[in-house]
Amino acid sequence: MNLFEFCYGIIHWLVDLVNNLWYRLGDVLPWYFGDFFTGVGDFAASDSHLSFMTILLESIIIILVALINVLNFLWIFRKISGRILDFYGPYYVGYRIGGWLQNLADGIKLFLKEIIVPTKADKLGFFLAPIIFVGSSLLILSVIPLSENFGLSTNSSGEYVPAGALFALAAFSIAPFAILLAGWSSNNKYTLIGGMRSAAQMMSYEIPLILCAASVFLLAGSFNFVDIVDAQRDIWFFVPMFIGFVVFLVCLIAEVEIVPFDLPEAEAELVEGWTTEYGGMRFGLFYMTTAIRSYAGGALATALFLGGWQGPSLIPDEIWFLIKAYIVYTVFMWLTWSVPRIRIDQMLGLGWRRLLPLAVLNLLIAAVLKTGGWF
Amino acid sequence: MAEMWINMGPQHPMTHGLWNLRVKVDGETIVDAEPEVGYLHRGIEKICEGLTYPQIIPIADRLCYGSSFTWSHLYCLTAEDLMDVEVPERAEYIRVMAIEMQRIASHLMWLAAYAGDLGLSVGFTNAMRDREVFIDLLQGLAGSRLTYNYPRIGGVAHDLPPNFERDALRTVRYMEQRLKEYEDLFDNSKIFMMRNVGIGILRKEDGIDLGVTGPSLRASGASYDLRKDMPYSVYPEIDFNVATHKDGDCYARYRVRMDEMWECCSIIRQALKKMPKGKWRVVAPRNAPASTGLGRVEDPRGEAVMYVVGDGSDKPYRLKIRSPIFVTLSAAPKILVGYKLADVVVIMGGLDMCLGENDR
Repeated sequence: MNLFEFCYGIIHWLVDLVNNLWYRLGDVLPWYFGDFFTGVGDFAASDSHLSFMTILLESIIIILVALINVLNFLWIFRKISGRILDFYGPYYVGYRIGGWLQNLADGIKLFLKEIIVPTKADKLGFFLAPIIFVGSSLLILSVIPLSENFGLSTNSSGEYVPAGALFALAAFSIAPFAILLAGWSSNNKYTLIGGMRSAAQMMSYEIPLILCAASVFLLAGSFNFVDIVDAQRDIWFFVPMFIGFVVFLVCLIAEVEIVPFDLPEAEAELVEGWTTEYGGMRFGLFYMTTAIRSYAGGALATALFLGGWQGPSLIPDEIWFLIKAYIVYTVFMWLTWSVPRIRIDQMLGLGWRRLLPLAVLNLLIAAVLKTGGWF
Repeated sequence: MAEMWINMGPQHPMTHGLWNLRVKVDGETIVDAEPEVGYLHRGIEKICEGLTYPQIIPIADRLCYGSSFTWSHLYCLTAEDLMDVEVPERAEYIRVMAIEMQRIASHLMWLAAYAGDLGLSVGFTNAMRDREVFIDLLQGLAGSRLTYNYPRIGGVAHDLPPNFERDALRTVRYMEQRLKEYEDLFDNSKIFMMRNVGIGILRKEDGIDLGVTGPSLRASGASYDLRKDMPYSVYPEIDFNVATHKDGDCYARYRVRMDEMWECCSIIRQALKKMPKGKWRVVAPRNAPASTGLGRVEDPRGEAVMYVVGDGSDKPYRLKIRSPIFVTLSAAPKILVGYKLADVVVIMGGLDMCLGENDR
């Protein structure tokens, strides 16, 4: 049973339940009410309404699962930073589960804080930026399937969003606009510079990222996550396209803005960069969204290069997928805490002069492999 | 893009204290810079005029929390010069040893802050942890962690605690292992080299003209170290090299401080070996003659000078402090202009700011 069938069952059962009462209500009422009731009930039981509600429920389940994973990611982030930097990390809140509840406690604390808007800020932009940022990041998660059966599918045979991978990458690149908007509307010099840096950074790192993904699409012959993972049944794509894998990871680090490339929020020179003026839960949302994007990045790398949910069938597919995503994230963290921050011009130079040619080379390798008939 | 002024401070992660660096940027490039200091002025020179000579020692400690021992030692040197007090040799060796420990602790704190500025979190926590080892050692010696109040006019407060020599040698051995690790961590890091080499170049002539001293000047190729050039205490009897570097960039400043830590380890070893038995303190007179005293030492940050005028009473008439970092800061516009905004933290971090002594 896949997620679609599961949700369809629930929705169908709910609609039947409601319709039973509904029709009975229609029976006791005069005929002109009864007609209306029957019409509404028929609409509720119609196939288009049922699939719409199913997809809605599916999305909610997927996002909830993803958010729980994000809590794990935040916990891993703090625990691993503790291991590397010589302190414990979260410890007392949720003592028996390794301080796992600390993030929830922090979230509650941030909810209770006052929301401060600078007097001279552009109120609309200031208000919209976090919404776009968080929303676009959640959008990425909606299309990433955890396994063949656990993902946003559009019909009962388990067919997925046709261009899911492309959609995920597109959603990934909405964030710079939100960051630029936040940086501009805060009316602060640090945020302005942070926003500009972010735009420059994302622009130059998006291209190698997409080129690496494009070589995967080329080999798999599809934009669909399930087809891509199926294509890796014999060999995971990171083996033939190792260069692409490394370039992809580097670009992902730049996309999620963690340390070697966290220039938009370089705390040493720009205080908190483009998030400087955001306090309270808005800051909390940004903090959480970094983890969401890290999760999305890890999941993308897993699906595109590391064979997705494939692995010995001792453990369920979903768990395999998550384990791989967690490992990718752990590697990110390991890098983050052990290298210094790079400078913006050096970073752009790295993006355009090193990563872009490597990505093109990788695309060439993929094309050769494809035309040679090995894939 | 239009040029704009950015205030980096007084409350800013880059400042490591309380000061304001105004930089004028054109896009990301710095076209002008202007340091503003004075936010931490506590009137220490004036406070000292109302205190008796021994009471000033803890105040001198408060000049810089990073290297407080150097400052109280400097004050004691100055007062001894004023009162013509002869310090026992054992006390001199204890002081030299403690100063070098303080120098390592101060340089490690600098290294931690520098790594933090660069975003290298692991460097920050490791250097701070190793600094703690030396802080513990000095705590065993003096009784408190940061402001020691250990030297006295005419010696030191008390003799070495039991087993101190063993602990000190162990710590030095540990430190030498750790220094190798730091060199692995920093010098082998490509990004660290990218951020440091060729950044914030201070030419030797400019450094001398602006009065820059200490590691910042030695990194520009000038071999100027008061421990060698104007020896005080028992430094003439100790064999050590002055760490210099010819490039004058941020990497050179980092390198000079690392080399100095190696030298400090060797000096601590020699001081412990050559330390004679005997008295560690002589009683200093209560009142100073109507005369002047001058002390000059090599602080971890440069040349620190203290000048005291006595008027025959038990309080100084005037006490003047020359802070090395105050003078070094005047070189900031010179070494900042032309680099990127992100280089500000590296360049200013490389100077090892300490605002306590700067604003006094």
